[in-house]
Amino acid sequence: MSVKTKKGVGPYLVLGGLIGMALIWLFPLYIAFINAFKPQTEFVKYGVLALPHHWDISKFGKFWGDVDFTKKLANSLQISLLVAIIAVTLSFLTAYAIGIGRVKGRTWILGFFMVAFTIPQEALIYPLYSMAKTLNLYDSIWSIIIIFGVMSTGFGTYLLSSVLTTFPDELLEAARIDGASPWRILRSIVLPLLRPTLFVLATMFFIFTWNEFLIPLVMLPSNNNQTVTLSMAITTGQYTSDPTARAAAALIGFMPSVIFFLIFQRTLMRGITLGAVK
Amino acid sequence: MSKKINQSGTYYWYALPGVAAFLTLVGGSFAYNIYLSFNNWQGIGKPEWIGLKNYQDLIHDHTFWISFLHAFEFIFAMSIAPTFLGLLVAALIYDFIATYFGNAISTFLRISLYVPQIIALPVVGILWSWMLSPNVGVINTILRKIGLSSLALNWLGQSSTAMLSLSVMMIWIQIGYTVVIFVSGLARLDPYLDEAAQLDGATWFQRFRIITIPQLYPELSVVLLTTTVAALKVFGPVYVMTGGGPGDATQVPAFFSYFHFFSTLRVGYGAAVATVLALILTVLAIGLLRLQRRVGATR
Repeated sequence: MSVKTKKGVGPYLVLGGLIGMALIWLFPLYIAFINAFKPQTEFVKYGVLALPHHWDISKFGKFWGDVDFTKKLANSLQISLLVAIIAVTLSFLTAYAIGIGRVKGRTWILGFFMVAFTIPQEALIYPLYSMAKTLNLYDSIWSIIIIFGVMSTGFGTYLLSSVLTTFPDELLEAARIDGASPWRILRSIVLPLLRPTLFVLATMFFIFTWNEFLIPLVMLPSNNNQTVTLSMAITTGQYTSDPTARAAAALIGFMPSVIFFLIFQRTLMRGITLGAVK
Repeated sequence: MSKKINQSGTYYWYALPGVAAFLTLVGGSFAYNIYLSFNNWQGIGKPEWIGLKNYQDLIHDHTFWISFLHAFEFIFAMSIAPTFLGLLVAALIYDFIATYFGNAISTFLRISLYVPQIIALPVVGILWSWMLSPNVGVINTILRKIGLSSLALNWLGQSSTAMLSLSVMMIWIQIGYTVVIFVSGLARLDPYLDEAAQLDGATWFQRFRIITIPQLYPELSVVLLTTTVAALKVFGPVYVMTGGGPGDATQVPAFFSYFHFFSTLRVGYGAAVATVLALILTVLAIGLLRLQRRVGATR
């Protein structure tokens, strides 16, 4: 952006400052990491800052077994994946009607979805809780799948509608003149072109759902149905006596998120900025 | 033409599943929540209609006011501070790091700052309460090491520092989001204006203030809106780190309503808190959107 002038000392100061900042930002992860591998005896002896002499991995296995982490992972994966599929499908269909179909009252529909974005989950949670109990979905991961699958369509519809209103008219007109039905247009023209955006959206829904807390906390009391995020929040309290076990628990808890991030980094960044500019 | 009108009708069918599901689950729940806020209800049996009583009680409930005060303090820690810090950092990364040191370092910086964003808030809360623990926590260990033992406090355990500790954590969490948005915003700007000003001898900070910031208004308004909404909704970190305490020192509306729903079982009262929160959020969001339009129009 700047006209490149000779470097001088300024850029190095900026570089030093920002790298310092980045290291401070990474520090909590670093400190959790080294303590997660540190035997408790070493922690007592050398404190929290020392690197482990002997790298101990037993705490991971213990925590994993204690909270039945495999089960939690399976629950979280199933919930997040299904929510992403349901929410993307519903959002896409609604946005198709708004952006391509230009149905009457579309501003109202969109406005409604947007207002709903500001409603806090607290203002929905008790009715959802009662509803789930009546429908026998309380303490079932299906309650979470349905709730987030539907709730996420607010953001999804808003985002996809604004993408679809800029959809090239020539393509649509040509198809309509050829007598293509709305369903045909959706399948053969809009869907193929929109696939990358839908994938970005699905990734975002997946991660948002993974990180959800309040609604799973209320809906999934029994251990067997809990998600990773939920079980982290309510079980690590038991590990106050051993700080290294807590570090291991925290590390296990955010490992899946870090892995997703590394895999989907580009997709996710596109999604975040897509949401911002629209 | 007649065909087109015909088709426009069939398009409604595509919106039906999404709109119907959303209307039932979100619209219906919110309506029922408002209804409950006019009732006295323990969660079982029949709700008893008491009109505005819950709201009248709220006005005299000290904790209610405190919780909203804290929510507004979180707007500073989650929205205002990260927005301005993020703007500055993004511009520095974009103008200095990317220009002089290449993309690899700039990517490293962005990713490092973004890492807190990818971790679920409750998990972040666990990590930080562990770091802040008074005896073995890393923060107090460092403070003692550098001779500031007097500053090694029980950060989350005393009223005077609990909000401060949460706020620092929030800034740590939020910067990544604002930096990423602003860096991508900077990439869409036309460098011409900036270069012209530079040739006229404007300093970096002058260009940043007068040229860059006004061009980033769209990103600024989105970031301010989303982070402000997030600030007023804070729940997870409070739940895992302080439970609203000590006393009411970190009480927030979201936790306060949850507490009444599921601990005191004053469901109607909790519903009233949630309704007030929803109203404030909606008014705030509409206000910010309007402001954005007006700024956009006068530009």
